[in-house]
Amino acid sequence: MATLAAPAIYTPAEKRESTLYSWLATTDHKRIALLYLFTAMAFFLWGGGEAELLRWQLRAPNQHFLSAEMYNQIFTMHGTTMIFLAIMPLSAAFFNLLVPLQIGARDVAFPRLNAFSYWVYLLGGLLITVPILFNSAPDAGWFGYAPLTTAAYSPGIHIDFWVIGLQILGISSLATGFNFVTTIINLRAPGMNLMRMPLFTWAAFCTQFLIILAFPVITVALVFLLFDRFFGTNFYTIAQGADPLLWQHLFWIFGHPEVYILVLPAFGLVSEVLPAFSRKPLFGYPVMVYSLILIAFLGFGVWAHHMFAVGMGPIADSVFGITTMLIAIPTGVKIFNWIFTLWGGSIRFTTAAMFAIGLVAMFTIGGISGIMHSSPPADLQQTDSYFVVAHFHYVLFGGSLMGLFAGIYYYYPKFTGRMLNETLGKWHFWLNFIGSNLAFFPMHFSGLNGMPRRIYTYDAGQGWDIFNAMSTTGAIIVGAASLIFAYNMVMSRRRGAIAGNDPWGGPTLEWSIPSPPPVYNYAHIPLVTSRYPMWDLKSPRLTAEVPHSARADQAVRVQVGGRDEGEIRLGAQPESIDDKIVSQAAERVATAEELGIAIPYSTSKPFFAALGIAVMFSGLLVSRLGSAVLEFGLIFGGAALLVGSLYWWLTSPLEPEVAHH
Amino acid sequence: MATVIIPASDAGHGYTTTGLPSRKIAIWAFIGSECMLFASLISTYLIYKGRSLTGPFPHEVWKDPATGHVFKPILNIPVTSVSTFVLLMSSLAMVLALAAVENRDIPKHTFGERVLGNSRLWLFVTALLGSTFLSFQAYEFTSFVHEGLTIRTNLFGSSFFTLTGFHGAHVTAGVLWLLTLLGIDFKRGLGPADALNVDIAALYWHFVDVVWIAIFTLVYLIK
Repeated sequence: MATLAAPAIYTPAEKRESTLYSWLATTDHKRIALLYLFTAMAFFLWGGGEAELLRWQLRAPNQHFLSAEMYNQIFTMHGTTMIFLAIMPLSAAFFNLLVPLQIGARDVAFPRLNAFSYWVYLLGGLLITVPILFNSAPDAGWFGYAPLTTAAYSPGIHIDFWVIGLQILGISSLATGFNFVTTIINLRAPGMNLMRMPLFTWAAFCTQFLIILAFPVITVALVFLLFDRFFGTNFYTIAQGADPLLWQHLFWIFGHPEVYILVLPAFGLVSEVLPAFSRKPLFGYPVMVYSLILIAFLGFGVWAHHMFAVGMGPIADSVFGITTMLIAIPTGVKIFNWIFTLWGGSIRFTTAAMFAIGLVAMFTIGGISGIMHSSPPADLQQTDSYFVVAHFHYVLFGGSLMGLFAGIYYYYPKFTGRMLNETLGKWHFWLNFIGSNLAFFPMHFSGLNGMPRRIYTYDAGQGWDIFNAMSTTGAIIVGAASLIFAYNMVMSRRRGAIAGNDPWGGPTLEWSIPSPPPVYNYAHIPLVTSRYPMWDLKSPRLTAEVPHSARADQAVRVQVGGRDEGEIRLGAQPESIDDKIVSQAAERVATAEELGIAIPYSTSKPFFAALGIAVMFSGLLVSRLGSAVLEFGLIFGGAALLVGSLYWWLTSPLEPEVAHH
Repeated sequence: MATVIIPASDAGHGYTTTGLPSRKIAIWAFIGSECMLFASLISTYLIYKGRSLTGPFPHEVWKDPATGHVFKPILNIPVTSVSTFVLLMSSLAMVLALAAVENRDIPKHTFGERVLGNSRLWLFVTALLGSTFLSFQAYEFTSFVHEGLTIRTNLFGSSFFTLTGFHGAHVTAGVLWLLTLLGIDFKRGLGPADALNVDIAALYWHFVDVVWIAIFTLVYLIK
C-alpha cells in the first residue's frame, strides 16, 4: 500500500513528438483524442461565433445587420457545426481517450481506422464550414427538409455542400462506431465484465450502437437527395407523386437517435465525475446501465414526435406521444440517481463537479419542456417557435456541452499531463451558467408569445423585445465564458500544474497510470475484480458495498486459454496494477521496447484514404462549373487515391512482430 | 481460491475478451449497419410502390396517354430468376472456398478431394458467378432503358434503379475483394492462417446474397 500511495509523478517528456508529420501519421488513440479535442473546440468557437452573429441581429426589433440570405446560412451552419463538428467530435475525443484506458486495453481494436475517422471528420468539416466565407453556405436549416432542399427550390451550390459534407461526416462516424463497438466487446481486460465497466464506457457502447444503426438511414436519405439534385431522380419530386414526408421520416429516424448520440456521452461523463467528487460509488449502478440501454432502445421509436405538425392522424400521434413520454422514465431515473450519488457524499466543488451538477439542473429543465412537446396538442402550439429553441438548447447546451465541459476539466490531466486552471474554470462555470440561462430561459417566453424560430428580424410591439434583449445579453456572456475556456485550454497545455497519475483520487483504471499515459497505456494488462479498482487499493472503505469477484487482498489463480499462469495477488502489493510503471515512475516511464510491447506503426495511409474520399466528393461539387474533365478527373482521381491507399494500408502490417515472453 | 479463466488469445495479436478475433466482430457490426442501409432503401421502394404517376410499371401494362404507346410490365421475372439462382450458387462456392483454405494442410488423396480442396478454383468460381450476376443486371438495366425506363422516368425508376444499383455496387465490391484474395492465393497460397481473411469476405458475400433474396421477393415476386 505504501509503495502505491507514494505519488508516482511522471513529468511530461521534454522531447514530445510534435512534428506535423507525427500528428498526421499517428495511430495512438491518446494523440488522436487530442486532435479531436482541439479541432472540436475550434469548431465550437466557430459555431459559437455564428450564434453571436445571430443574437446580435435579434438584439432589438428591425435590425438589418445581416441580410435574410446571410441569416439563413448562419443559422443553418450554427446548428450543423455544433451538432456534427463540435459536440459529436468532443464526444469522440473522450471515446478515444477513455474507452481503451477504462477497459484496460493498449489501444482501440483498429488504430489505423481510428486515424482514418479523424481525418475524414476534419476534411468533411472544412468542406462544410468554409463555404460561408464565400457566401455560399448551406441555407435550409440543419435538418435540410426536402423538397425545400431539392434543386427546384434550392438551386445553386449551397445545399450541395451540405449534402456532400454530411455524407462525408457520416463515413467518419460509422468508422468510429464499428471500431468502438469492437473495442468494447473484445478488448476488455480480464475481469472487466460488462457490469464492471465504467459508466462512460457504457454510454460510449450504447452511443456506438446508435451510430451504426442510425447513420445508414440518413446516408440513404442523403443519397436520394444527392441523386435528385445531380442525376434528376424523383425521390422528393412531388409533381411525380413523391411523398413530401419521406425525407422527414428518414431524417428523424436518424435524427432522434442522433439526439441521444449527442447526450449519452455527456451522461456517461457526469456519471464518472459525480462519484469521484462526492467520494461515493455511483448510486444504483445497474439501473444506470439499464436506463442507458432503454434510452438508446426507445430512441428508435419516437422519431415522429418531430412531425406532429404535419398531420399524421390521431393514431400515429398518440403512439409517438406515448413512446416519447416513456423515455422520461429512464431519463428521470438517471437524474434521481445522480442526486442520490451526491446525497450524503463529501462533495468537493471543483469546476468539473460544478459543471456536472449544472448538467443535472439544466438538463432537467430541458427534459421537462421535452415532456411538454410529447403531447401533440401542446406541441402544435410550440412547434417552430422559440419555445422549441429554448428546449433543445437546454438539452444540448445545458446537457451535452455542460457534461462535456465537466469531462474536459476532469480528464484534461489525463489528456495532457497538466491541470486546467481552476480559478479560470470557476469564472468559466459561473459566466457560462448565468449566461446560458439568461440566453435560453427567456426564449420560452418569446416562443409562447408567438415568436417563430428562424426569422431574421421582427417588428416591435409583439411582446418579444425584452426577451430578445435578455437572450442577446446572455449570449454575449456565454461568448466571454467560452473565450476564457479556450484560453485556459491552450495555456494549461504548456503551463498547467503537473497532474501526476491520479490528481482527483478517481475510482477507475485510467487513474492508475501516468498522465498522459505512456504509448502502451498498461505495462501489464490489469486484472479487474470490481467496478472501482483504484478505490479498492487506495480507500477500500468506499467500495465495501460494491460487488467484488475477489477481495483485493486475495490471491487469484489465472488461466489463459486453458494454460495455467499461476497465482497473482490483486491489491495488497504494488505489483497489482502496473508494477513496472509504479516502480520506475519516480525517474521515468519504461519505453515500449524495454517492455517488449508491440506498438502500431505510425502511418499516413489513413490520411490519404480520407483525402481520397474528400477529393472524390468534391468532384461532384465542381460539376456545377461544367468542366467534365475536372469533374471526372477529381472523381476518378479521388477514387483511385482511396482504393490505392486502402490496398496499401490493408496489405501492410499494423505493428512490428514482438517475441512473446 | 478464485480462478480467473481468460479465453485463448487471437493468434499473434494478444488477448481478446471473447476469444474471437476483433475483425470478426467488426464485420458483424458492419453487417448490422448495412441491414439498416438496405432496410431504408427497400422501405422507400415499397412506400413508393404504386405511386408512380406515369409508366412503365413493374407488373402492370401501361398505355401512354400522349403517344398511345403500350408498355408491357417491365420486370422480366424468368431472366432474374436465373440470375438469382446464379448468385445463390455463388454462396455455395464461397463456402467451399473457405473450407478449402481452412483445410489446406490436410493431405488429399482422391480426385474429388483435390477438386473440393482447391481454394483457387472455388474463389474463381465465386467471383465468376458474382460477375455473371452483374452481367445479368447490366443486361436488365440496358434493356429497361431501351424500353423507356430510366432513373429519371418515374418514382418506380428512381427507387428501383437506386435499390438494385446499390446492391449491384455491393456485389461489385465483393467481386473485387474475391479477386484480391484470389491474387494472393496465386502469389503465395492461402492457408489456415489466412482463414480469417477469407471468412470475413465470405460473411460479407453471404450477406449480399441474403439481401438479394429479400429484394427478389419483395420487388420481383410480390405483385
